[in-house]
Amino acid sequence: MAPSFEQLDPETEYEEGEEDIDYTDLKEQYDVRMEEGLDTFIVIDGLPKVPPGSKDKLVKFLLRKLTSVGKTKEENVYMPMNEAGDMTEGFAFVEYETSAQAAAAVKALHATALDKKHTIAVNKLTDIERYGREGRIDETYNPPEIEPFAEKEHLRWWLGDKEGRDQYVMYHGEHVGIFWNETASPEQVIERDHWTESFVQWSPKGTYLTSMHAQGVQLWGGQNWSRQKRFMHPGVNLVDFSPDERYLTTWSHRPMVVEEGNPILSLEEDGKNYIIWDIATSKPLRSFVTLDVPGPTQDAEGNPVKKKIQWPAFKWSADAKYVARMTQGQSISVYELPRMNLMDKTSIKIEGIMDFEWSPAAPHRDNIKEYEQLFCYWTPELGSNPAKVGLMSIPSKEVVRTRNLFNVSDAKLHWQSDAAYVCVKVDRHSKSKKTMATNLEIFRVREKGVPVEVVDGLEGTVINFAWEPHGDRFVLITAGEVPQGAAVPPKTAVSFFCPEKAKGTAVGNFKLIRTVDKKNNNAIHWGPNGRFVVVATVLNSQSYDLDFWDFDFEGEKEEKDRDLTANLMLMSTADHYGVTDIEWDPSGRFVASSASVWKHRMENGYHLHTFSGTVLREEPLEGFKQWAWRPRPERLLSKDEMKNVRKNLREYSKQFDEIDQAKKSSANKAVVEGRRAMLDEWLAWRERMQADLAMEREDMGLPDLSEEQQALVVDEEEEQEGREVEEVFEEILDEVEEVMD
Amino acid sequence: MRPILLQGHERALTQVKFSKEGDLLFSVSKDHTVCAWYSANGERFGTYKGHQGALWTVDVDPTTTLLASGGADNTIRLWEVRTGRLLKTWEFSTSIKRVEFSEDGRQLLGVTEKRMNQLSTVIVYDIKQDIEAEQDDEPALRILVDELPKVTVAGFSYLNKYIITGHEDGSVTQYDAKTGEELHNSPSHEDGMQVTDLQWSADRTYFITSSKDKTAKLHASDSLDVLKTYTTDTPLNSAAITPDPVQYVILGGGQAAMDVTTTSARQGKFEARFYHKVFEEEIGRVRGHFGPLNYVAVDPTGKCYASGGEDGYEVEREKEQGIRF
Repeated sequence: MAPSFEQLDPETEYEEGEEDIDYTDLKEQYDVRMEEGLDTFIVIDGLPKVPPGSKDKLVKFLLRKLTSVGKTKEENVYMPMNEAGDMTEGFAFVEYETSAQAAAAVKALHATALDKKHTIAVNKLTDIERYGREGRIDETYNPPEIEPFAEKEHLRWWLGDKEGRDQYVMYHGEHVGIFWNETASPEQVIERDHWTESFVQWSPKGTYLTSMHAQGVQLWGGQNWSRQKRFMHPGVNLVDFSPDERYLTTWSHRPMVVEEGNPILSLEEDGKNYIIWDIATSKPLRSFVTLDVPGPTQDAEGNPVKKKIQWPAFKWSADAKYVARMTQGQSISVYELPRMNLMDKTSIKIEGIMDFEWSPAAPHRDNIKEYEQLFCYWTPELGSNPAKVGLMSIPSKEVVRTRNLFNVSDAKLHWQSDAAYVCVKVDRHSKSKKTMATNLEIFRVREKGVPVEVVDGLEGTVINFAWEPHGDRFVLITAGEVPQGAAVPPKTAVSFFCPEKAKGTAVGNFKLIRTVDKKNNNAIHWGPNGRFVVVATVLNSQSYDLDFWDFDFEGEKEEKDRDLTANLMLMSTADHYGVTDIEWDPSGRFVASSASVWKHRMENGYHLHTFSGTVLREEPLEGFKQWAWRPRPERLLSKDEMKNVRKNLREYSKQFDEIDQAKKSSANKAVVEGRRAMLDEWLAWRERMQADLAMEREDMGLPDLSEEQQALVVDEEEEQEGREVEEVFEEILDEVEEVMD
Repeated sequence: MRPILLQGHERALTQVKFSKEGDLLFSVSKDHTVCAWYSANGERFGTYKGHQGALWTVDVDPTTTLLASGGADNTIRLWEVRTGRLLKTWEFSTSIKRVEFSEDGRQLLGVTEKRMNQLSTVIVYDIKQDIEAEQDDEPALRILVDELPKVTVAGFSYLNKYIITGHEDGSVTQYDAKTGEELHNSPSHEDGMQVTDLQWSADRTYFITSSKDKTAKLHASDSLDVLKTYTTDTPLNSAAITPDPVQYVILGGGQAAMDVTTTSARQGKFEARFYHKVFEEEIGRVRGHFGPLNYVAVDPTGKCYASGGEDGYEVEREKEQGIRF
């Protein structure tokens, strides 16, 4: 069961104090009280009124319709007569074999035409009981009461912060706290205990904070951090938002068990793992089961193989008009939002498909005016057919580019954030399958005909790759061969690439700037605006360094880099023992590195760095779990406005420096004053205690000092007579032998 | 500021004490011996042999004439400091966890362990400060700790007015030192987190307790009010107050050896920590041990401090004078 919310601040608009998410209001509204056995009955209304003679004929005629959806017999159709006994009443009761058949009959036959004049109404008997019983329905129409308009909280209030600060959420122990980030000490916005049961997550634009519970997911937001939405999904493990925050995917490892009468989930969701929700209405749009990845379910010893789930399995197109899921090796199913219907009612067959990725932004292909979204996919070698990487356009389903590849053992797809490039990292094996090598196939999506540039000659296999956000440079990490039985992971090398200088707006060929080898790095974290990148070693017990690189160093450029669009410089290196996670703030000014108790229990806590690697703060926290910056929506400034800001940066920074200075001095003042007060208080207390003690000793006729304090009083005469002890310490500091010629 | 490493014990140190003048340092260890050292240079002054089990505690009287020690052999022994002569042995049915002289040296208290139907007790002896005198066999006072959890540490307050005890559950109790009457019990540390040490200020009007709950607290002797709290990130075994005018407290601890899964010294947090007594802020740390610190003691003159570790070393060093307030 959920840990309680009891500790929560009562002021924060909390309707329920009890353990569960409270669905009772909804339950009551949809409450079902089944009477045993009556759910196999249906009631048919709107039948023609016929004399007894024609009744049998009518029943037989009706039966033909009825048996089309389920099993029933003539005896089970009861058509009552009016009081006089000369005409039927115009309705009938029918019993089916099972309730499912009855339900199917209602679904199929309700509001269908019997003949030209008569349309039958088919309802479950239980429904008639439930809604039709006297008193349940008011005979006169009462217009539904429309609740008076209540102003909702502004969900993006935090963007209006005068100082333009960013927020972050921190989860440690059972506390979830949200803070304003400050260079000196953070300002707490709110803290709640047991806010979530497993982790917290921001929505992609930062509007909502997601909390995870055994019963489902809740979204929080606004200045009061009140609950905005809740989504019931028993046993939910993971959530994923569409990029525009309109839809939400929830997934549970175990298939859901939904009982009839559930207020939110219908029987349709029973046995499913995924639900895709419409956030605005909090209603499920469609649910799915987890697809098993093909492959053996048991290993050689008969133990079940633990399969990694693909997350997210449902991938959103950049504009959230489509969501797609791959059936590995077979096809991709593309669903159209908001109806969640399968596009063209059929999945796209792509034999052997291993992976796919949507373009993360609208692709602007050369000379293409129509609306389109792209996804990139790859298939391995099948029989004599080569491996393939393809780009497919949606909704046309046209394959706009393919490339054949050989000796492929694995491939990874990396889109650049503006969808200008997609880099396919191809791991190839040699003919003997003994050695591995990686090369990069970079598709230039915006150029005519989507040309592909190949980057090869990389030593070892590439273990990580990352594009510069909104840029055209990238960083990759290669690792050498692992010697058999070696306990330590192989040394890695970090390589930096950028395009050559080219004429006009064209982008030149990608060239290696520099390779730094003999490293242990395994993580690449670009600043959100590009230019700066942190290359780090995470989840490693021996090394834990963070290198802060600048791609546009403002200084002398080396001669050999003259034709490159970058001037690479290592700004600084920081150390964070046991670091597990690294996250840039949305403004690109700060980097938080943290060591989470989820990964290990050593020195959990976080460090905050500036973009250039200066440590601002180190805070060890027992049971530290998670740090997440609150994302920001896209900027509203136009390109010109941004340019303008950049041009006048000096003036702006002057203002900010002043604010910082004022803050710092007032903070220092507060510290000094606080200390002074503490010291005064302490000294006053000591004085009182000493006076009391002196009085008490006097009353008892004792000397001023106790025997043990007396021991410390040095008799001056004795001092003068005291022997002088001289001790000589000799210590060899260093011994150097020099050979003279 | 070179530390002096005193290597004389073969097993873990359990307590170290300076003489009241600060010239001698006494240490007890699980290796059954008491050692005395010159604090100025770390040379050994002598050892006191006779105990038959691990020693837990030691104390010296204000005139540095008498030395009391107690341990797992269920005895308290009284020694002549100068010669190492055993003057008196008191026997008990359980081990002795703590001995302490009163500030005038005329009384000695001992804490006995609770075990096998034996309640934990605090016993007080009147001490004759003459080395030739016969000491009393019978205690002057015996406090049976019945309703409260077992006592782990104890001491005499100023003027021998109170006996203050620290308990297994993290609470501290004030007894009337004359009658043995329980005056006041106050839950000080986190419930269930043992009080591991209790040391006095120079005039014994306030004291510091350390606990497994990772905090140390400064208490007033008369009211038991918590005056200051020092929060650390590791279970504490000991805490000491520096004499005026230096306003520091020194805390020692570290994860117990059995809880340390990795042997990295970085992980164990085996450092002596300096906190500002009034501002409750950490000032610095001193490394040097590769096992948890069992005890820290400050020279009454304030010149140096000593720490005894589970690793069997005793480190003595002059106090950092870098920071002044």
